[in-house]
Amino acid sequence: MYEKDGERYYVVDGHVHIWDGRASNHRNVHGKQFIDCFYDYHRNLSPEEVVWDYDTYTYYGAERFMKDLFQEGYVDHAIFQATLLRDFYKNGFGQTEEALELTRRHPGKLTYNHAYDPRDGKAGLEQLRRDAERMNLQGVKLYTAEWHGDSRGYKLDEPWSRRYLEECLELGIRNIHVHKGPTIRPLDRDAFDVADIDKVATDYLDLNFIVEHVGLPRLEDFCWIATQESNVYGGLAVAMPFIHTRPRYFAQIIGELLYWIGEDRILFGSDYALWTPKWLVEQFVDFQIPEDLPEYPAITPEQKKKILGLNAAALYGLDVPRQFRLPGEVTGAGV
Amino acid sequence: MTSTVRSVEAEVLSALATVIDPELDEPVTELGFVRSVTIDDNGVEVHLRLPTSFCAPNFAYLMVADAYDALAEVPEAGRVRVLLDDHHDSDKINKGTAAGLGYVGTFGVEAEDSLDELRRTFQRKAHLAAMERCCRSALASGAWTIEELPLLELFDLPVNPLKSALVRRREAIGLPSHPHARVLVDHDGTPIATSDVALRLRLAAATRVSIEGNAHFCRGLLATRYAGTDQATPVVTNSRSHA
Repeated sequence: MYEKDGERYYVVDGHVHIWDGRASNHRNVHGKQFIDCFYDYHRNLSPEEVVWDYDTYTYYGAERFMKDLFQEGYVDHAIFQATLLRDFYKNGFGQTEEALELTRRHPGKLTYNHAYDPRDGKAGLEQLRRDAERMNLQGVKLYTAEWHGDSRGYKLDEPWSRRYLEECLELGIRNIHVHKGPTIRPLDRDAFDVADIDKVATDYLDLNFIVEHVGLPRLEDFCWIATQESNVYGGLAVAMPFIHTRPRYFAQIIGELLYWIGEDRILFGSDYALWTPKWLVEQFVDFQIPEDLPEYPAITPEQKKKILGLNAAALYGLDVPRQFRLPGEVTGAGV
Repeated sequence: MTSTVRSVEAEVLSALATVIDPELDEPVTELGFVRSVTIDDNGVEVHLRLPTSFCAPNFAYLMVADAYDALAEVPEAGRVRVLLDDHHDSDKINKGTAAGLGYVGTFGVEAEDSLDELRRTFQRKAHLAAMERCCRSALASGAWTIEELPLLELFDLPVNPLKSALVRRREAIGLPSHPHARVLVDHDGTPIATSDVALRLRLAAATRVSIEGNAHFCRGLLATRYAGTDQATPVVTNSRSHA
């Protein structure tokens, strides 16, 4: 939780990782290119005083993770998003077992979302059933533009993808996080194209589709479909750190999002360890739309509370302590 | 002789300035994507660089191929080589473009179609953003109201960089640029109805924010990746001995 100026914020970090980008885990040169690219994101957009050294960045482990999120980062609950990248890393990039073990030890604090790929067909479907049970899945993280064998990616509305989405419904997996952002080899397909979300969101109203990175850099396409579909959400991972380096640009992004999709469907995420939540939460609570952008109304503490935690808490059925809820709100487990 | 030598350099650089990053809608020369230009007796070698190893290979390919095409228009250049450095697909793109294989020839089984449609999509977005900048400026001047905006013609726009940027983007997508052409139009030239103006402008604003923000992001990453080097201007070496 975070408290400032008499306002109390319940914080859900909707996008975190434990990864291993060390040289010992690289399968090939792309393993190094990938972690180096992440490190540049981190160095470029973090305040200088919170930039890590490279070695720590490649692998930080569970202890550091818990400290940065829960002791120093004001986070009440965090959601792991799987990033497997088996083509680049011997033991995967995101550390599934380590994250799962940590989630089991801290069930109130952590949720683990796994991944599937509908191009794995029937075998993948069976794997999903086993994973859902073993990992107690409430959500999944999908990379629709990921290169896979001869395939250049898939669309969520393709037949096999629909079978997986229907299976998610059966298995009680309600939250479908979709990475629409930089990927490994998007090639001729535009990796950011969100048109497929539009179709499945209409067809599967009992699923929630969380578009990670709010569709950046195709914000307008994302806003347009999110306006039409009540079950489409925007995850702020990667957009958040602009609050420090490019605050005017951040103001425009959040201003557009509030205009198009509204305060109930925007979710905070640090993308830890790309960035650490402490400074993001502090700066977001202090943030205000500059006066020379009159096209965007001021952001209220209530809107910030929803974005920082209450919206994600509702999606994941988290039991938000009474003192953090908004007046008249009934958010809580089982509601 | 010196003046001729300088002019080859200038011509090469101005040719490269016509190469646009399709997503960011800015010339590669202004984005710092041209790392070096080497001119010798045989020809010209240009090295391009991008903010990350994983910048989308389709756009990376387009910029390398466009640089070849632009330099082909400079007769004094001689033999031209354009190389993309430090990218996940550097080898493929460099070999494919050098051999003139085209996009599908370069990526083989991984590529399905040509990139024409993708390029068009981004030219349309660039037009939408340029149109919004002009309309916003017209509204801010107080001379136009939102209800009158569908009647705004190119003639009504003051001669300034916003207008020339709009005209270039109109030409890129095949829209007319005569003085009485309407400003507020769809990408196929259909005028926007008065009842749709507010919503269209709002969506166009989101497009502008998206493109501009992406450019901030890419510039920042490039600066971090190539820290310590001069990011703004390419290293130009000219060892040509004859005019």
